Amino acid sequence: MTDRPTPVTEDELHAYVDGELPADRREAVEAWLAGHPDDANLVGAWRAQAEMIRARYGAVVNDPVPSRLQLNQLLRNGRRWRTVAAAAAVAAFIIGGVAGWMARDASATAPDAMQSFANEALAAHRLYVGEVRYPIEVGATENHLLPWLSRRVGTQLRAPDLTAFDFRLLGGRLLPSVSGPAALFMYESGSGERVTLYCAQLKETPTGLRYVSVDNFAAVHWVEGDYGWVISGPAEKSRLKGIAKSVYEQLENRAPPSKRSRAEPLMVRRGS
Amino acid sequence: MSTFRHSIEACIPALRRYGRALTRDAETADDLVQDTLVRALRSEHLFHGGDVRAWLFTILTNLNRNRLRSLARRPSTGQLEDNDAADLAGPEAGGRDIERALALLVDDQRQALLLVTLEGLSYREVAEVQGVPIGTVMSRLARARAQVKAYLDGERPALRRVK
Repeated sequence: MTDRPTPVTEDELHAYVDGELPADRREAVEAWLAGHPDDANLVGAWRAQAEMIRARYGAVVNDPVPSRLQLNQLLRNGRRWRTVAAAAAVAAFIIGGVAGWMARDASATAPDAMQSFANEALAAHRLYVGEVRYPIEVGATENHLLPWLSRRVGTQLRAPDLTAFDFRLLGGRLLPSVSGPAALFMYESGSGERVTLYCAQLKETPTGLRYVSVDNFAAVHWVEGDYGWVISGPAEKSRLKGIAKSVYEQLENRAPPSKRSRAEPLMVRRGS
Repeated sequence: MSTFRHSIEACIPALRRYGRALTRDAETADDLVQDTLVRALRSEHLFHGGDVRAWLFTILTNLNRNRLRSLARRPSTGQLEDNDAADLAGPEAGGRDIERALALLVDDQRQALLLVTLEGLSYREVAEVQGVPIGTVMSRLARARAQVKAYLDGERPALRRVK
């Protein structure tokens, strides 16, 4: 007799619920379920689960997409911040008499490359800044910190001194980045606040200091001499920019501090 | 905007929905979506046709897997319990039940269940996203459904007794 249902497997029951069965097997499964209440209950329970999941989360698609997830925004970010960077450059020129970096062509670097570079730095910052016990791989007191990171990143690294801002160097770690090995230095303040300095090779046109903020974090990034630098910290623009400027100057002026700078560019060089 | 970008844009609401169910936390979900979009835009040149939607789900799934791994590496387990706080913020008891049930699944099973039931992906597409054979997807799905059912069956009488 053809109306005698053929046995179905549990896999087929799932496939039936998910619309993955060919039409002929679908009929066979329906016939089977009519005579097997336990399996019919199972199928009913799976459908109810799916319904609960859709009831709980389905409405998310109707929420307006926040601006940080809009493609125009993500694509435009690089361009938008250039204006901010230009303003920052002018301000810094007036305040500190810092020449040099403000003259750089901020518009020449591909926004996508720099943006992803800064995003990587911010992601690293976000990840490690919350670490209680292991925020760093190698402590600031370890002699091999700078030689090791310098060797891996491919340039003579110095960890700038940020004691003028109440931040002291905790240590650093090595990270992967799209453009090669990256060094991350972490600094901590007396109140437990943290900022990180991220550096990796980045063959892009040099840029001025640019500020970006994502949620509660912010970063100031720049490109100098085939290396990209990102200082990340709390989203307090003027403070973070002050720190970034000091880092920039310390890295740039490898000579002893000049009179124009109050923050002493003391190079913390150990063991090299 | 290119067709590639248009197809990415069309997927954003579904990515947010999947991310929300996967992490059960709106903020974390949107972080994942943002990372997914940035990566997708950055890899435009690597994309040689095919299903943009499945590709985006793959990126988000992998990013979330990395996130869970880094949470698991934390010496403190406090973070893993944070999801319970999200549970308590759920709108109603039914929603909380399914949220807790999902929270108990291992990640691979949760992905399979959500991609099939919430996002309507085919088994073949889920296999692509998870990078495993279809048979593996089906056994993950079966285990997920069995566990959710056991949780819901076990929990309901307990709730009724409370009343």
